[in-house]
Amino acid sequence: MAKIVGSITTSHVPAIGGAIAKGLQQDPYWKPFFDGFPHVREWLAKVKPDIVVLVYNDHGLNFFLDKMPTFAIGAAESYGNADEGWGLPTVKPFRGHSELSWHLIEHLVAEEFDLTTCQEMVVDHAFTLPMALCWPDQQWPVRVVPVVVNTVQAPLPSAARCYKLGQAIARAVASWPGHERVVVMGTGGLSHQLDGERAGFINKDFDLKFMDSMVNDPAWATKYSTNELVELSGTQGVELLNWMVARGALPQQVRKEHSNYHIPISNTASGLMVLEPAVN
Amino acid sequence: MSTTTARQPVPGTTIFDGEQARKGYALNKMCYSFNDAANREAFVADEDGYCAKYGLNARQREAIRNRNVLDLIAAGGNAYYLAKFAGIFKLDMQDIGAQQTGLTKDQFKAKLLAARG
Repeated sequence: MAKIVGSITTSHVPAIGGAIAKGLQQDPYWKPFFDGFPHVREWLAKVKPDIVVLVYNDHGLNFFLDKMPTFAIGAAESYGNADEGWGLPTVKPFRGHSELSWHLIEHLVAEEFDLTTCQEMVVDHAFTLPMALCWPDQQWPVRVVPVVVNTVQAPLPSAARCYKLGQAIARAVASWPGHERVVVMGTGGLSHQLDGERAGFINKDFDLKFMDSMVNDPAWATKYSTNELVELSGTQGVELLNWMVARGALPQQVRKEHSNYHIPISNTASGLMVLEPAVN
Repeated sequence: MSTTTARQPVPGTTIFDGEQARKGYALNKMCYSFNDAANREAFVADEDGYCAKYGLNARQREAIRNRNVLDLIAAGGNAYYLAKFAGIFKLDMQDIGAQQTGLTKDQFKAKLLAARG
């Protein structure tokens, strides 16, 4: 069976791409954010994953509002990146793992998660930036399976549903006959709101409680409706649903390997966590 | 100021739901086209023609003309798509935030910093 060796959850703000392109990692504004990642890279060097299952939300690159799946999964051999409207440099394509993708699809649909399957998919900053933060040389030593959650158009899947999806992903990975080492990533959040009179909303207290719950009480956020999560974390803070999927893929008992929290990058409270199963 | 309803329970916030998605479809579709640099150039070259091609209604056209984010949201715009429109003018998220909150950009940045507590 394949083994989930841990999770990485992180913010995915587009401005990070601009900062990488301009080499601003040591700039005083950006340093507190980028300084969170060397430890993640050391951890990756130790756990040596073969595959990343990356849970994120598309921001209008692969999906438009003409067809908006609640959950979608990539089933391609390769995933390219493309211009999202800002002309930022694109990254080289990611190597997929279509056999594992189809295994996940079979298993997840059997568990009544009726995902949209995508044999062609482009991945946006919510996928590429966390990968570039983990592997700054952008040579991608892992194969990937993208999982996309609708955090764009209400009704959104509930936090409880997202957590259960993660649990089902864990069972699917465990039943894969290979011996690959898998990291599950969840990207987005933490609290931020781009739109409306409430733009600039950040909720440090909620974010810190949420990050603590990721370690000690993983189903904590499932008590909130998605509208309540918007109220607590902002219209885009609700991207923490992607963290819930990643957390669901780990056992109840985890060990916090690393975390970082910084206000602000762009309009966002940035969060970063690396978790490992408590029993390996 | 916005008011809350059962459908929109969060003050100062328009949750992008089915009603907004229907209302804003043409506007968001135009913004989606701005993923492509050639389309961004075509918009800049002939804004009227480009908006007409996507069938924007009068309210959406006016909000685009005024680069007014709150009006664009009221007309059905979605933040992730409007960000592509804002990119044409090299506006960043603090510019957008400042405009919506009636603050200067420096005041808006200070508001973000204040969230550190």
